[in-house]
Parts: sequence; structure tokens; C-alpha cells
Amino acid sequence: MAILVNASTRVLVQGITGYQGEFHTRRMLEFGTAVAAGVTPGKGGAEVAGVPVFDTVAEAVAATGANAACIFVPARAAKDAALEAIASRLDPVVIITEHIPVHDAIAVVAAARAAGVRVIGPNGPGVTSPGQCKIGIMPNHLFTPGPVGLVSRSGTLTYEIVAGLTAAGLGQSTALGLGGDPVVGLSFQEAIELFAADPQTRAIVMVGEIGGGAEEEAARYVGASVRKPVVGYIAGVTAPPGKRMGHAGAVISGTEGTAQAKMAAMAAAGITVVDLPSRVAEVVRRLL
Amino acid sequence: MKLHEFQAKEIFARYGIPVQPGVVIERPEEIDRLEIPYPVVLKAQVLVGGRGKAGGIKLAADPVEAKAKAAQILGMDIKGERVRRLLVVQAADIGVEYYLAFTVDRAARRLVCVASAAGGIDIEDVARTAPEKIVKLHVDPCTGFQPFHGRGIAKRLGFGGKALLQFAGIASALARLCAEMDAELAEINPLAAAAGDGTLLAIDAKLIIDDNATFRHEGLPRNEELTALEAAARAADLSYVELDGDVAIIGNGAGLVMSTLDMIAHFGGRPANFLDVGGGATTENMAQAMEIVLRKPGVRALFINIFGGITRCDDIARAIAAQPPRVPMVVRLTGTNEAEGRAILEAAKIHAYVEPEPAAREAVRLARA
Repeated sequence: MAILVNASTRVLVQGITGYQGEFHTRRMLEFGTAVAAGVTPGKGGAEVAGVPVFDTVAEAVAATGANAACIFVPARAAKDAALEAIASRLDPVVIITEHIPVHDAIAVVAAARAAGVRVIGPNGPGVTSPGQCKIGIMPNHLFTPGPVGLVSRSGTLTYEIVAGLTAAGLGQSTALGLGGDPVVGLSFQEAIELFAADPQTRAIVMVGEIGGGAEEEAARYVGASVRKPVVGYIAGVTAPPGKRMGHAGAVISGTEGTAQAKMAAMAAAGITVVDLPSRVAEVVRRLL
Repeated sequence: MKLHEFQAKEIFARYGIPVQPGVVIERPEEIDRLEIPYPVVLKAQVLVGGRGKAGGIKLAADPVEAKAKAAQILGMDIKGERVRRLLVVQAADIGVEYYLAFTVDRAARRLVCVASAAGGIDIEDVARTAPEKIVKLHVDPCTGFQPFHGRGIAKRLGFGGKALLQFAGIASALARLCAEMDAELAEINPLAAAAGDGTLLAIDAKLIIDDNATFRHEGLPRNEELTALEAAARAADLSYVELDGDVAIIGNGAGLVMSTLDMIAHFGGRPANFLDVGGGATTENMAQAMEIVLRKPGVRALFINIFGGITRCDDIARAIAAQPPRVPMVVRLTGTNEAEGRAILEAAKIHAYVEPEPAAREAVRLARA
């Protein structure tokens, strides 16, 4: 099973002829992802790593049956690209691009909701279902299929924890990065709802960070409705208020969004909260 | 980026939001040249909040008093920020104070209009003590904020007649400003009703522009929020935040670096900074990162924590080997091209850890030694 992407996902890469787009298309193909098409306006007819390139999403979908999007286009063109993917009802639309203006993200998320399409990101590493499909930029070699579902706001920290799980013999159903921006599509709660309903997933790991209240919202949901074990980690205990810690969304505003508040809400909901990322694997093993 | 009050007011005025004419001065002698009717208010232009309580806003009845008070405020330290400029405006005779703002509601993934008749104080305090006094309206991204939304909010705040229309006009203007200027926050606090006829006036103005959107706005002022090191890092495309500890930190990925700071604190150390070299960092990026974190005075150790994904360990190792730091260093290196990276470091007689925690412990020990 797994969530969001699986063996029947056919990926369309927007911005496939750019440096990042081409590099990660090759890595996705090596992973075994069915990359069906690429789109770069003005470069229709070209080919990248054997993948046909089209001028528009609509013609790429008509010609190849692509059903999900991966967006690498630069920030200033990303809103247009995402709306084009949404207009063709691709699902999910995974936005890797960093530095997209927040007003653009609001417009994209609203359009996706109206169309009934899920957006993942922006500013995330994508989504990986080991053995089936990877959309995005997570390093291929870390993953192995298994029972752990992982959802995170960060890329590298996800890799660190996945590597720890794999080393401990704990494979993953799906690993998913929600993105480090203040406004992103899929939320922690929505991801956990999917993991809760997925038969392959037997334990859930949520990796949060300072800023906003999405972890608290998800914790309330877990406390009320999730029977599978959930392990949580929050980065940014030492972050000062008002400073953006790398991610645009990682900022404590006034008294909102502290790591302490998130950990307290998670613990109150019955989530096992660990204080170091390396402890995730041993705790998951104990709970399974 | 956060703008100063006088910068925000210039933009507010362009959108037809009523603000008092004011003059910005940097030296007390400039008071002599002002043509503003007395009494006047002198307002420290700082980016931190709470300047009023800190003595950064003062009333002056005549030029002599104004010059004396300007001398007091200019150069004053408000929460670590030195006052370099004063905004001088005519004192207004005000009655009721309102609050009006547009900001990003992360959870709702929409802009939200927040208004209150309990203005003039910190809106977070109002939210805590009297949440019923706050009116909130989410902006539908498909329709935008319309005048009828503004009239509805005005009604709920108790406005009627001409004041209702004026409030709705200001709310629409602020909504347009927020959308067109890519604001994360556009706030008027207080929006004051004049004691006599109730005409509304924006007494203060706060504007935060989305850093990711500055590319589409010409003529924005310089970002004064950043320290000198933070500005240098940004120019080099590095994400750096200055902190007050003594263990310098470099890592790749915002989450990993935040977690690295936490690890240092967990083992009893104090991080000197946050620095994310970013995904796919090159040898040159890494060299710049080392140069910037070590420029901070008081740094006693350097901890480099790299989990190579897109970033390649050999690129990182080349920078470390080429330019050994002036302080004790601990390196944790794993992931893509790890073996090549380790070989480069070994040739330079630099040990690299695989696991982050023993490395963090050692960095704390070295900073204390």
C-alpha cells in the first residue's frame, strides 16, 4: 500500500530541462519511479534521460497519461507551473521549489482545494514510497520498504531519521516532507490521517519544528482518533523568538510556535516524544 | 523584511491610508529646521517592539523641549537596537483607539483581517485577556477582500455613519496594500479616531514584506533587521542567524541545523549561530560559511554536521581541508560520497565522526576546555 504515491503513479516533471530538474529526474528513474513526461515551455519535442518533453502540461498528460506532478521551476514561475498542474488535475502536485512568495502559495493551495487535488510543499524534499515510487529529491539509497510512515517539515532531518530506521532494520511505507514554508498544502494532520488508514503502516513518525501550530493540530487529532503508535521529534528547542531558522516557516511569533508547546501538546496526546533524532529508531522498535 | 514606521507610512500614504505628515531626523539640531506645529511627538525608529515602554516615544511642547528630548532618545539602546532616527509628527488629539491588520493565517492558509476596538495595546494581550474583543475575517483568495467585508467589520466594531465608510475604505486600502506589496503583516495600531469629529488616523504603521517576494518590488528600503554577519551571509546565499553562545555551527538543511543546535544545548553547550549551507552546497559555499561563522568574536569551537544528500561529502571536505579553522573543530560527515570525503580529511589529518551525538559532545567539551 503506502500513501500518496505507489507503483501506479506516473510522474510529470515540470522544469525537467533545468539543472535540478534533469539531475533529479535521473535519480527518480534510478529509484524505479515511472517518470512519464517532462514539461518545459518552449522545449517541446526534446528528451531528457529518455523522457519526452512537452510545452504544456495538458498535452503531456494527453500523450502519456501522467497523473502526478513534480515541480522544479524557479520560484518566480512556480505559481504558474503549479496552477497548470492543478488545472490538469494531477495529484499529488509536489512542489520542491524553495523561496516561493507566501501570497503565491496561498493562491496555489486555494486552487488545489477547489479542484480536489493535493499539493505537497512548497520547499520540501517530496514523497517516497520505497520499492514503488519516489517524487522529489530524497537520496535513493537510504530507503527500504517496511511498516514505518514518516512525515516531516524538513529534508535533511528526514534523511537522518530514515537512515537511522533503515540501519535498525525498520523499513518505511512512505516518507513525506511537507515543506518548510509558512503556507504549505498537505498538513501533518492530513498526512497522519492517510497513514492511519494505510494497512502497510504500523507506526507513524512525525518530525516537526518551530513555527505555526500544525503539530499541535495533528496532536489533537492523534489523541482523539489514531490507534497506531506515533513517535514525535521537534527541532528548534534553542531557537530564539522572531528569528527565521533557515526555513521561512521556522519562526516563533510572539509566544506562538515554540518547540516546548509542540512537545507538550504531542505528549498530552499520547505521542512518544524523543529529545534526539537518533532515539527515534529505538523507540519505534519498542512500540512495534 | 520588517520596515521602519516612517518607511511603512510612506507606503500607507501611497494607498490613501491617512497618516500624519512627519519628518525623520538623525541629529537633535535638525529640530530647528522643522516646520511642524507644536506640540510634537518624537518617535524612535527601531524594529523591535515595545519602544513606548522603553522611553522611545516622547511628547514635546516647544523646540527647546523637543531638542532636549531628541538628544535623549537618539543613541538610546532599545532591546539591543540603537536608535539612529526619530520620526517627528504633530501630536494628535485622539479618542478611541482601534486595531486593524492583515496577516497570513498559516493554519487557514489564507490572509486574515484582524480588527478590534481595543487598540493601542499589544494585540496578543487582547487575544489572551479579552478574545471576544477581536474580530477576524479570512480573505477568500478567489474574491479578495471587498468593501462589504470592511463595512461588516466596521459594524461589528460599533462604527456607524461616515466613520463606518471611512473605516471600510481604510480596510480595503490596507488589504490591497497587503496583496500588492506581498506583505506578511500590514498593521495599524492604533488606528485612532480624532477626539473631535472622529476622523480616523493611522498613528502607527507596521509592515513586514515577504523576503521571498522582494524580487518583484522595486525601490524597497535596505533590510535593517540583519546583523552585519547576517547580511554578509545572505549576500553569499547562506542562511545564518547570530546567537550568543560560543560553539559555531555549520550544517546542511534547516531542520538538521536546528536539531544540531538543540544537540549542542542538550550536552550543555551554547550555540554561537545557526548556519545552513543549503542543499547541494559547493566547496566555495562551505568555505564562505566557515569564514562567516568564525568571524564572530568569542567563538571557541566549530562543529560541522553534514548529512550528504544532494550535498556531497567530498565537496564539503575539500573546503575544510583547505582552510583549517583558528579554533578547535569537530566534523561529522556521512552520506553521499562519504568515503571520498573521509579520504580528503584523513590526508589533512582531520578526524570525522559518523554519528552526530559523540561529535556534538566533543564540540561542547572543546568549547569548555
